[in-house]
Amino acid sequence: MDTRTLLQWPIIRQLTGDDPFGRGNAVTSEATASMTPRTADADSVANSVCPYCAVGCAQLVYGKDGRVMHVEGDANSPVSRGRLCPKGAASEQLGNSPLRQTTIRYRAPYATEWTDLDYDTALDMIADRVLEARRNHWEDADDEGNTLRRTMGFASLGGATLDNEENYLIKKLFTAAGAVQLENQARI
Amino acid sequence: MAEAHPVAFQWVMEAKRRGATLIHVDPRFTRTSANSDKHIALRSGSDVILLGAVIKHVLDNDLWFEEYVRAYTNISTIITDDYLDTEDVDGVFSGFDPETGTYDTSTWAYEGETEKVDRGLPERDETLQHPRCVYQILKRHYARYTPEMVEEYCGISREDFDYLVDAIVANSGRERTTVFAYALGWTQQQGGSQMIRTSAVLQLLMGNVGRPGSGIMAMRGHANIQGATDLPTLFHILPGYLPMVKAGQESFAEYTRGVGRKEQKGFWANADIYTANLLKAWWGEHATVDNDFHFDYLPRLTGAHSTYQTLGRMLENKLDGYFIMGQNPVVGSANGRLQRKGMNNLKWLVVRDYYMIESATWWKDGPEVESGEIASEDIGTEVFFLPCANHMEKAGSFTQTQRMVQWRDQGALPPDDATSELQFIYELGQRIRAKLKDSTDERDRPLLELTWDYPVDEHGEPDAEAVLMEINGRYLTGEKAGQPLPGFAEMKADGSTEGGCWIYCGIFKDDVNQARRRKSREEQTLVAPEWGWAWPMNRRVLYNRASADPQGRPWSERKKLIWWDEEQGKWVGNDVPDFPLNKRPDDPGDPSKGGPAALAGTDAFIMQPDGRGWLFAPTGLADGPLPAHYEGPESRVPNPLYAQQSSPTGIHPQHGKDNLNAPGVKPGGDVYPYVFTTYRITEHHTAGGMSRFLPYLSELQPELYCEVSPELAEQLGLEPYGWMTIITARSAIEARVFVTERMRPLEIGGQTIHTVGLPYHWARGKQAIVTGDAVNDLIGINLDANTQIQNSKNNQCAIRPGRRPRGEALRELVREYQERAGIVEIDGQIHDATPQASHNAEDLEHTIEHADIQSDYMTKPPPSKVDESEQKGGTR
Repeated sequence: MDTRTLLQWPIIRQLTGDDPFGRGNAVTSEATASMTPRTADADSVANSVCPYCAVGCAQLVYGKDGRVMHVEGDANSPVSRGRLCPKGAASEQLGNSPLRQTTIRYRAPYATEWTDLDYDTALDMIADRVLEARRNHWEDADDEGNTLRRTMGFASLGGATLDNEENYLIKKLFTAAGAVQLENQARI
Repeated sequence: MAEAHPVAFQWVMEAKRRGATLIHVDPRFTRTSANSDKHIALRSGSDVILLGAVIKHVLDNDLWFEEYVRAYTNISTIITDDYLDTEDVDGVFSGFDPETGTYDTSTWAYEGETEKVDRGLPERDETLQHPRCVYQILKRHYARYTPEMVEEYCGISREDFDYLVDAIVANSGRERTTVFAYALGWTQQQGGSQMIRTSAVLQLLMGNVGRPGSGIMAMRGHANIQGATDLPTLFHILPGYLPMVKAGQESFAEYTRGVGRKEQKGFWANADIYTANLLKAWWGEHATVDNDFHFDYLPRLTGAHSTYQTLGRMLENKLDGYFIMGQNPVVGSANGRLQRKGMNNLKWLVVRDYYMIESATWWKDGPEVESGEIASEDIGTEVFFLPCANHMEKAGSFTQTQRMVQWRDQGALPPDDATSELQFIYELGQRIRAKLKDSTDERDRPLLELTWDYPVDEHGEPDAEAVLMEINGRYLTGEKAGQPLPGFAEMKADGSTEGGCWIYCGIFKDDVNQARRRKSREEQTLVAPEWGWAWPMNRRVLYNRASADPQGRPWSERKKLIWWDEEQGKWVGNDVPDFPLNKRPDDPGDPSKGGPAALAGTDAFIMQPDGRGWLFAPTGLADGPLPAHYEGPESRVPNPLYAQQSSPTGIHPQHGKDNLNAPGVKPGGDVYPYVFTTYRITEHHTAGGMSRFLPYLSELQPELYCEVSPELAEQLGLEPYGWMTIITARSAIEARVFVTERMRPLEIGGQTIHTVGLPYHWARGKQAIVTGDAVNDLIGINLDANTQIQNSKNNQCAIRPGRRPRGEALRELVREYQERAGIVEIDGQIHDATPQASHNAEDLEHTIEHADIQSDYMTKPPPSKVDESEQKGGTR
C-alpha cells in the first residue's frame, strides 16, 4: 500500500482535513463522489398518474430513448404529496418486466400452442368476426314488437386502467354497432 | 384503507393528529385497525343491523341535526297510503312479487296530487306528526334495531356500540362532522347498496352531507373505476349517468321524460338537453331536431345484461365473441371455474393486456386443463392476444375516487406491437366501417354515420385530447362555432351544441385541458382547485349548498365552505358552489318553470326532483325505499329481524350444478360451518395481472394465505404455515395457514361464528412469477338487485387441514360435501338451497315451488330466442 492510498483513509482525512466530525468529505469515497442520480440520464420527464388504486397519486415518469427508466412520486400533488405505495413504486417494472408480452399471439381453435400474427391481419380477422357475430345474433324487435335494434353476439369487458377517452370510444363504437353487453371491472 | 389505499390514508392520519376520532369497523383487524382509536369487529354482512341501531338511537334521543334535516331532507314528506313497510308485511315492502322476486315500486311514492308531486312539491307535515311522514316511518322501521340486537347479531358489545354512537353524535352538528369511508366491504354484498344507503340515511340525519369533512367516501378500487362509470363501459348507462334505453321506450320524448321531467326541480329536468348533445356528438350532421337526433340508433335493453348475465349466455352457447381489455375474469370474477367454462364455449376471444394473464391462457394451463378435466384440444375458442400500451406509454385521463380527472402525458413509446386501447378501438372502427361502406342495410347506418375521425400521430395513435374535446362538447353554430363549451349550462337541445358527456362539460374550458393542470399544492389552498379538474364544473364537494344554513350562512366558522354574499348577490367561498350561483337563500323557486329555476334557495340537493336529500327513497332502488337487514345468501344465522331470511330480490342463477349455494339455515348448512371473507393487500392488485408479473411485488407477497383465529386453528388442527383446504359449494382451494389473533370468533345468537380471511390475488397458471389457487373459484354468483354485483364478502365454507386433492379427486371432494349438505342428490337432481322466507309452511311451500321452476328451466333446452321468461330465468 503506497503512502498516497494510506492518506486516503477516512480517519486520516477526518483528522487532517476540513471535516473533523467525519460527516462529509472525509468519509466520501471516490465511487460515492462520482455517483449521479439515476434520473440524470433521463431525456424526458412526463407528468403521470399511478395506474393501480383510485387515489390518483401523481407520478413522474422518466424516459430515455423512448423507454421508461424510472418512476417516482410527484411532491407537488395535493393528493399524494410525492408518496407512492409499493405498487405505485414498482410501476417501472410494469413496463419493463421481463414477462411483458410485446407481440401479437394467435391460438387457432383446438390448437395446443400459440402462433404469431401480424397486426393488420389480426385487426382484419377481428373486424370480420365482430361483423359476423353481430349478424348472427341480431335482434330487430322483441316479441311485443318493441324496437331492440341490437346484437347479443359479442360482448366486451374492460379493466379499470382504461382511460376515460378509451372507455368513451369503446362505448361509442360498440353501441353504434348495436352491442349492449359492454361491461367493466367497475361492476365487479 | 391503510391497506388498500395507503397513500390516501395519510390524510386520515393527519385528521387524527388534529384530534379526529378514528374508528375501524371490520370483521378483521388490519393495518387500518392498528392505526385507529378503536377497532370494532362485526360479523360480516350485519352492517345494516349496526347502522340501523345507530339511526334508532339518534331518533329516539333527538340527537339528529334538526335544522339541517328539516330544511334539506324529505323528513316531513308524506308517503302514499298504499305504502306498506317491512313492519307491516313481515319483512318485505309493499309491491313484492314473489314469483319474479321483484318489486313494483309504485306504492313507495310521495303523497299528493300528481301534478304537484311531479313538480317536486309533495304533501308535507312540518310538525312531523303525520303517521305516514318519513320521520314517523323511519321511527317505526328502525324500532327493531336495538343495541341488544347489535350485541347479539353483530357481535358488538354494548360498550363498543355506545363508543361508536357517542363518537358519531359528538362529532356531528354545526361545529363538527363525521365522515364514512367504505369500499368493497359494502359493495360486494348481496344487499350492499342498502348498506351504503343506511349510512346515507344516518349521515343526512346528522347533517353530514355537503360539508367539509363530511359525506360518504366510496374508496374506489382502481385507477379509473370512477371514469369507467362516468364514461361508462357498463351495460345500464350512457355517458353522464343517462340510462340506457329500454325496450318500449320508442321515442326521444318518452325516454327523456323517464330520465327527468321538464317540470321537476333541479338539473335532471334537462335530461333532454344532455341526451341531445350526446347523440349530436355521436352522429354529427346526421342527428337533427327533426329526427330526434337519431335516438332510434340506440340499442335497447330487455333486463340486466351485466357481465354475469353475459356469462350465462356463454354457458348456453349464445355468445360468439368476447373482448377482454385489461381485465382477468377467470381470476377476478366470481366463480372462476364457471367463467372458464363459459369461455370454452366462445367462438372467438380477444384479450388485450401487458402480460399473458390467465384469461388468455386458460385453454393451455388453466386449473381444469391441469386437473385433466378438459384438454386444450377440446376447447374450440379462437384466441387473439394483442399486447397493449401501459399508462406511461400513452396520453389520457383517469378520474380518481373523488371525481377528480387527472391527465397523463405520454412518457415513453409502447414496445413492438403494443398499442393503446384508443388506437385499437379507433382502427377497429375504421376497419369495420370500411368493410360496410357499400352497405345499404339500415342496421349499418349508425356505424356508417358515426362521427369517427380523430387526428393521429406518426405511430397511428389518435390524439386523446381530441377525444376529450368531444366529451367536453363544442358550439356548432354562431360566432363561437368550433369553440369548446365552458359548462353544461351552455348546452342546447336545438342542435347548436354537442357534447359527449354533460358532467364532463367544462373540462376544456377556455380551450385549456383543465385535467392537465398541475399547480403545486404549495401554491394554492387546501381545496387545491387548480390541480386537475373535478366533475361537475370543478366542484370538489358535492351538494355544498348544505355547508351553509338555510339563510346562507356557514353552519360554523370552522366548517365553512360556501356562503351567500349579499353584496355581490351570489354564492362564494372556498369551493365552486354546487348551486345556481345567483339564487338567493330566500328564493321560493318558480315551480311553473321546472328545472333549476324551480329550486328554492334551500333546495340544496339540486339533482333530486324535489331538491331534498332522501332519507326515504321513493324511486331508484330495486329492493326497498329504506334499508332492511337480510342475511347473506349462505348465512347460517336465522334473520333475527324478519321472517324473510335473505334478500327477497337477490339474484342467483344456478347454471346447472356449478353455482350452488350452501344450505345456510336449512338442514345441511353445518356442512359449510365457517364464514370466509375476501380482501386485497397493499402489495398486489386485484386479479394480479398488474402485480404477479412484477418481480418486486411478487417477492413481497409470494403466496396465498388464509387468516385463521388461534381458536379455529386449534379446533381444526391447522399447523401454522402449513396447508389448509377451503371447500365451498362451488369449489375447493388450498392456502397457507396464517394463524393470527387478528381474526376473532364471535358469539352470535347462541352460536360461535368463525370467520377466515382470504386475499384473492393469486391464480393457477404458468406465466406469472408467483402462482396460487384462485380464491374467487370459491365464490358463487349471488347478485345485488340494484347493482348486479356479486356477494364476495360473506360466504360459507368448510375447512380441513392439508393440501387439496389433485386431478379428478378435487371435484370428487367438492361433490362429497355437496352431497352431505343435500344440495345435490345422488341421482343428480339439483335442489335449490337459496334460503328464502321459511318461517311458515306456506312460504316454505312457495320457496320449493319457486326452486322447481328454476331447476326446470336449467334442464330444459334453452329457448331459441330471447324472451321474457328467459330474462327472468337467466337473472334469478
